[in-house]
Amino acid sequence: MLRLILRDLRLVLRQGSDATAALMFFVLCVVLFPFGVGPEPNVLTRIAPGVLLIAALLAALLSMERLFQGDFEDGSLELLLLSPLPAEGVAIAKVAAHWLVTGVPLMIVAPLLALLLRMPADQLGLLVGTLALTTPLLSLIGAVGAALTLGARRSGVLLPLLVLPLYIPVLIFAAAGLDAGLSGLSPRPHLLLLGGMLCGALVLAPLAIAAALRAAHE
Amino acid sequence: MTSPQLFTGRDLLCLRGGRLVFQDLDFQLAAGGCLTLVGPNGSGKSTLLRLMAGLLKPLRGTIAWNGVALGQDPEAHRARLHYVGHLDAVKASFTCREMLAFWAGLRGGVGVDAALDAFAIDTIADVPGRFLSAGQRRRLSLARLVAAPAPLWLLDEPTVGLDRASVALLEEAIARHRAGGGRVVLSTHIDLATPGGELLDLATFAPVEDDQDGTEDAA
Repeated sequence: MLRLILRDLRLVLRQGSDATAALMFFVLCVVLFPFGVGPEPNVLTRIAPGVLLIAALLAALLSMERLFQGDFEDGSLELLLLSPLPAEGVAIAKVAAHWLVTGVPLMIVAPLLALLLRMPADQLGLLVGTLALTTPLLSLIGAVGAALTLGARRSGVLLPLLVLPLYIPVLIFAAAGLDAGLSGLSPRPHLLLLGGMLCGALVLAPLAIAAALRAAHE
Repeated sequence: MTSPQLFTGRDLLCLRGGRLVFQDLDFQLAAGGCLTLVGPNGSGKSTLLRLMAGLLKPLRGTIAWNGVALGQDPEAHRARLHYVGHLDAVKASFTCREMLAFWAGLRGGVGVDAALDAFAIDTIADVPGRFLSAGQRRRLSLARLVAAPAPLWLLDEPTVGLDRASVALLEEAIARHRAGGGRVVLSTHIDLATPGGELLDLATFAPVEDDQDGTEDAA
């Protein structure tokens, strides 16, 4: 499994495109907001959590379509499913690699962008913490959709339709947590709920991904 | 249980896309044996190989290794097979050696250099995948067989894209594998020397066309 994660990371380092595209999308999306809604600090602070989370969500979705596509098309995925590695292991490794190349860089640049949106500096820790719970969830849920739409002709359209409804609870609790922090309340209950969702997804998503990958090869 | 040390299929029936591909198909393969699948296009050679690999499940019948059905222990079965399909799983940005090391590593194999030699790709070992010709890709795919030993080789038209010299290398690799007690199932459209191997003509298991019914209805 570690071997597969390392291979995926190396593949991204050599080819680059997908992961950097997602990161660029995230940065540009957030940077454009002050131009669109005007530079008033109050407004920007108010919308900062939502903007950051929605941009992160769309960035994850953008990079998700290619998650299994390349391996599916060149036959690597078939060989991976026939390797002694269980299909669930393949699923976890692919998702982990995806999170490392999109989720983690996103967590690193998010505090800088938050400052741009006039988020108070004492909230940055909370922001990174929320993203640390949110981004793996986005990768896990998105990968289920990516595996299900594998081989479908219009997977680019189908994937957001399938995945966005599942992203909404994540978005709601992550935004509520950040809002609570901004208004001086405890974000703890929201973060606990996000953590609970992450625990559930960590167990269930690999099973669903593995089943979908097997079905794609029938 | 009744037939130990055998890789067997009994009474197999397979449906693809609503069409009956073959029925009542039996095969058995002892250690060191080689089964060559022949038959016209669409007669189910690839399908049978995918059934044997466990990628597909037969609609009826069982495939068993030493009497244990594949479905009972899919992980053990995957660990003992190598599958070479139509796609060569070549990544444009990885070199031959890197790709081979990855696939061999997944199975705990270490014979990367020996495998590169066995299919004469040692000279292009450090060439990235995007520069490989179709034949070179295929040879790289075949080199996986040698890099990590597994007792069962499932080869779906392994000779596609290979030149005469490479076909000879493949024959040599198969002979060596069988001498060591390995089993090979392969489908091919050209003559591949497999001394002592058996032939399975899938056309003989094709479903009987329902012409008869038609004429009866008409009459």
